[in-house]
Amino acid sequence: MSLSSSIKLFTKNVVLLSCTIIVAGCAANSGGSSDAIYDPNEDRNRKVHAFNVSLDKKFVRPVATEYSSILPDVVEDSISNFASNLGQPSILVNSVLQGDLHGASLSATRFLTNSILGVGGLFNTAEKLRLKEHDTDFGETLYKWGADEGEYVELPLLGPATVRSTTGIIVDLFTNPLSYMVNSPERYYGTLASTSAGLSTRGRYTSTIDSILYESADSYAQARIIYLQNRRFKLGDKGTAFSADDPYSDPYEDPYAQ
Amino acid sequence: MLNNITRRTFVALASSSIAIAATPSWALTQDEARKLVDSLVAKINSVIGSGKSEAAMIKEFQGIFRRYADVPIMAQYSLGVDGRRASASQKRAFGKAFEIYIANKYGKRFREFVGSKVEVKSSRKINAGYEVKTKASLRGSAPFEVTFLVSSKSGKDLFFNMFIEGVNLLLTERTEIGALLDRNGGNFDKMIADLKKAG
Repeated sequence: MSLSSSIKLFTKNVVLLSCTIIVAGCAANSGGSSDAIYDPNEDRNRKVHAFNVSLDKKFVRPVATEYSSILPDVVEDSISNFASNLGQPSILVNSVLQGDLHGASLSATRFLTNSILGVGGLFNTAEKLRLKEHDTDFGETLYKWGADEGEYVELPLLGPATVRSTTGIIVDLFTNPLSYMVNSPERYYGTLASTSAGLSTRGRYTSTIDSILYESADSYAQARIIYLQNRRFKLGDKGTAFSADDPYSDPYEDPYAQ
Repeated sequence: MLNNITRRTFVALASSSIAIAATPSWALTQDEARKLVDSLVAKINSVIGSGKSEAAMIKEFQGIFRRYADVPIMAQYSLGVDGRRASASQKRAFGKAFEIYIANKYGKRFREFVGSKVEVKSSRKINAGYEVKTKASLRGSAPFEVTFLVSSKSGKDLFFNMFIEGVNLLLTERTEIGALLDRNGGNFDKMIADLKKAG
């Protein structure tokens, strides 16, 4: 594929996406999220959760543990670095869509540094040079554009999400310019690397993830509250706060307060 | 008249000296809050760097948690409104079970800091005391934020809540204890028995 046709295809998709986004924005807006947790499809979500847990138990967990223990840390880190470097162009596109030129320049610098000095992204040279990292996704772009969080959903394989972040995940399959530039089969390296990086994370945080999935009284409720708090923290979203549980209220005044 | 003034002065003096004497015990300063977290972080770092076995490290982390956290207030908060229904002896039994549970659970979490460096970044005043933010830099992944809320309202400088990348320990544990209580049909004694098995 020539560069000019790649750029044309990328532009076409971005235009197409803008239309999708407007629709998605409306969809996300239909769910109110003034409450701390908005989960109208809890029954369905719990079924997906049960599926995810059994999948983790039978497949993901054993594979991830094996993966983490067999591969030397250096190799594991290289694969994770490679996957994260391939994600930078998508971060750049989303930064531009959010009007965040500083973030865009950070991800551009990181991508160039790690691709060139870090041997195609295998080494995280940018981190060694103490360059600041920027992370974002299309879910955040939607948040910045004013779309509501929407209802909570648990996705098969991918786990906890909201309607807004799910739209973001789907759109981000298209926002990465790299996927338009690289011919197959190399384009699958990225997917393969991300999957491996995912396994690596599952392996390294085994005890934390196990404690949520297998040691808590209600793993669905735990995963939900942990995901929502963390996602809102990353977005800097103070509007969708757990209002009834203001973390800065003084528990010494009335510890049993709701 | 003279007598009257003297008495008034005496009352004023006495109350101000009580105030002065009382100040150090509950008015935590920003410096003290930072110092507490600094020393907590130094302890965590020294255990991480000790090269001990994993089981030994977990034991040490549990000890650190007991020493630096205000566990009784964490237990009360985690019970939430349901706590109002509990009898005094149930509250005591819950407090004991919770202490073991929380130290085990979060002591283990400190283990994930292995190979990382934790440093205090900033602090600010909040209602109950101070918020102290730290940054944990981990091998091969982006650094993450760990925040401690510190208070001296228990009579000692201790942290009473902790956020890891925005995840609030107290809120998360209230959800967990609530679920444990639901699973036991709202029965406190059964919930406490379950809690003893967990963690």
